[in-house]
Amino acid sequence: MEAELRPHASEWEAARWFPNTVFEQLAERGWLGLKYGPDADWVADAVFAEELSRSGSGGLAAGVGAHTSIATPPVAKFGTAEQQERWLAPAIRGEKIAALAITEPDAGSDVAGARTRARKVDGGWLVNGSKTYITNGVRADYYVTAVKTRDEPGHGSMSFLVIEKGEGVTASKLEKLGWHASDTGEIAFADVFVPDEHLLGEEGRGFYLIMANFQWERLLMALGAVGSMRAGLERAIPRLAGRGQAVRHAVAELAMTTEAGAALTHHALRRFLDGGDAVREVTMAKLATQRASFDLHDRLLSLLGPDPELERAARDSRLGPIGGGSDEIMKEILGRTMGL
Amino acid sequence: MAATPDVLKPDHASSRKHFIFTDEHDQLRESIHNFVVKELRPHAEEWEENTFPDWVFQRMGELGFLGLTYPEEYGGQGGDYYCALVLAEEMTHANCGGLGMGIAVHTDMATPPIHLFGTEQQKQDYLVPSIKGEKIACLGITEPDAGSDVAGIKTRAVKDGDEYVINGSKTYITNGHRSDFIVLVTKTDPDAGYDGFTLFIVDMDLPGVVREQKLQKMGMHASDTALLAFQDVRVPESAVLGQVGKGFYHIMWELQGERMIGAAGAVAAAQNVFDRTLEYAKERTAFGRPISKFQVTRFKFAEMATKIETARQLVYTTAWRFANGEYPVREISMAKLYASRIACEVADECIQIHGGAGYMKEYNVERVWRDLRLNRIGAGTDEVMLEVIGKSYGL
Repeated sequence: MEAELRPHASEWEAARWFPNTVFEQLAERGWLGLKYGPDADWVADAVFAEELSRSGSGGLAAGVGAHTSIATPPVAKFGTAEQQERWLAPAIRGEKIAALAITEPDAGSDVAGARTRARKVDGGWLVNGSKTYITNGVRADYYVTAVKTRDEPGHGSMSFLVIEKGEGVTASKLEKLGWHASDTGEIAFADVFVPDEHLLGEEGRGFYLIMANFQWERLLMALGAVGSMRAGLERAIPRLAGRGQAVRHAVAELAMTTEAGAALTHHALRRFLDGGDAVREVTMAKLATQRASFDLHDRLLSLLGPDPELERAARDSRLGPIGGGSDEIMKEILGRTMGL
Repeated sequence: MAATPDVLKPDHASSRKHFIFTDEHDQLRESIHNFVVKELRPHAEEWEENTFPDWVFQRMGELGFLGLTYPEEYGGQGGDYYCALVLAEEMTHANCGGLGMGIAVHTDMATPPIHLFGTEQQKQDYLVPSIKGEKIACLGITEPDAGSDVAGIKTRAVKDGDEYVINGSKTYITNGHRSDFIVLVTKTDPDAGYDGFTLFIVDMDLPGVVREQKLQKMGMHASDTALLAFQDVRVPESAVLGQVGKGFYHIMWELQGERMIGAAGAVAAAQNVFDRTLEYAKERTAFGRPISKFQVTRFKFAEMATKIETARQLVYTTAWRFANGEYPVREISMAKLYASRIACEVADECIQIHGGAGYMKEYNVERVWRDLRLNRIGAGTDEVMLEVIGKSYGL
């Protein structure tokens, strides 16, 4: 991260794009498939997620994270052997880039409100609709896409199709507050024909598929925030020496918040890896770390003055309390776990 | 939601225990809990008025709760460090902060230095009866002119033949009135800086030991807090605890354990008042529905629960490192600071959710609020913790 990626972070930030070769570089080291296959190691994947933040580019971390931890897990978990050979294996090799397409212009955290429709036709599905805020949206070779396969409302009509880039699929890049190095896309599907064998998991079980990966996605966001906060402190602390007691205490507060977040996040990770339900801990870990990461970088900027890396981290971390289920959604979930 | 029940099973992991705890810890927790609820909690109101009675020590000694982590040869239970956390956590169910503090000073502050630094004779004379609950211990660090600034201690012990003569005063001493002995921090060499301190074990019935005043406090009313004077108190050389001149380092070591236990207790106390407030919010109605049905209330609980769990994990992670031979001063300071602070925040929010009832004695929330406020001051203030943490980064 520090030797090969971080030196380019500013350049890629300005270009509003990091090169696709990054996926190949990471794949060469085996880092795009840490949790897949016979030697799967989820803790290693967690370490990778934490260290990704040392690339110094939240946008890059988002693009790689979307590939390894959001878009490919459903293929690994629900895909047939043929589907895995076609989409997962090349993703692990860094040859194909994946995106997960759920959010729509009118359906964000409220996943059930999605409207993109797949109608059954001979030999497949005809897809119409649009998706937005899709990380890797422009560079992706395929989209793991949430579609409605029935007209009735509710979760039971949601399914997943793997839609490869091709006729009827158009993608455009969105401008953002941060995460500049990543291509966040708006995708339109116009009469896109998708063959039957692209259905991922069972028809009508799409909501289950979304839910299955939410915990891992949120855990990775928490891990990423912990890594990012630690990296921010490491960058700032040497330059804050000798600045007096108020600054010393300010840094101590930030370090405490960071280590408290780390303790909670690693606890949630253990719970998750033990198997079973870790909803409460994962939700708390995400809630406790995302706003904290933004606050930390914001504070460090106040203490240090202009610094391109910390400014980027501040911009990038502002997405944390929004993406992967907003802070407010986390509180709703926690309320439910307490019977409220 | 038809497709999702197998994903959103409402277990929420609350039934699974943390990895530092074993089944034996669970059994210990259950037996302490039952004892606390049955034999202590019913007296909480009365003890708030009159301080808790000494028989609590004897009873807890009989039950083995005063020596959980001490070796069996001294009458202890031979348990690991986590047993001390279990005790600190379960004592909060007495709903009586002063009681928990009085016991913790005895088990986790005054006696550990005797176990670690004491001679065999000192262990027989003080540790063994302390574990039995026959002798009550207190710890003398703070002075009228030296609080968190331990190095500013002035109490002097001067060598005179084969005796030491002690003069000075100590204040805010928990158990100071009831105690049989005190582990006392003194200065033996005023010119030696940090190397000029020495610990003594001083019997409280010696001539010249004066228990001056029972101090009135904001909270922790069930505990007795003393101002003590030492006027030409003569003790033999055998009263020196640990090495002459190493008292500062001995007491700094002690403070780490004290901070861990304080942090664990603060988290448990916050959890306790949180649980009671949650029940209250589900029952209390306003504007035609339980107040728990308001989104703002729900969010308050979500935020509090997250703070409590974060603090708990920081405490457990640090305890795990401590129990595995590390000496993580930075993380202990973080755990102490974070736990104390969120406990006060939670107690305050719980008063808010209770409304007027929270302000009343009857509901026991205002007492928690008053009791917990001490955690941000005792065993090193918030500000001292921030100093320790900040300096650990070279700032």
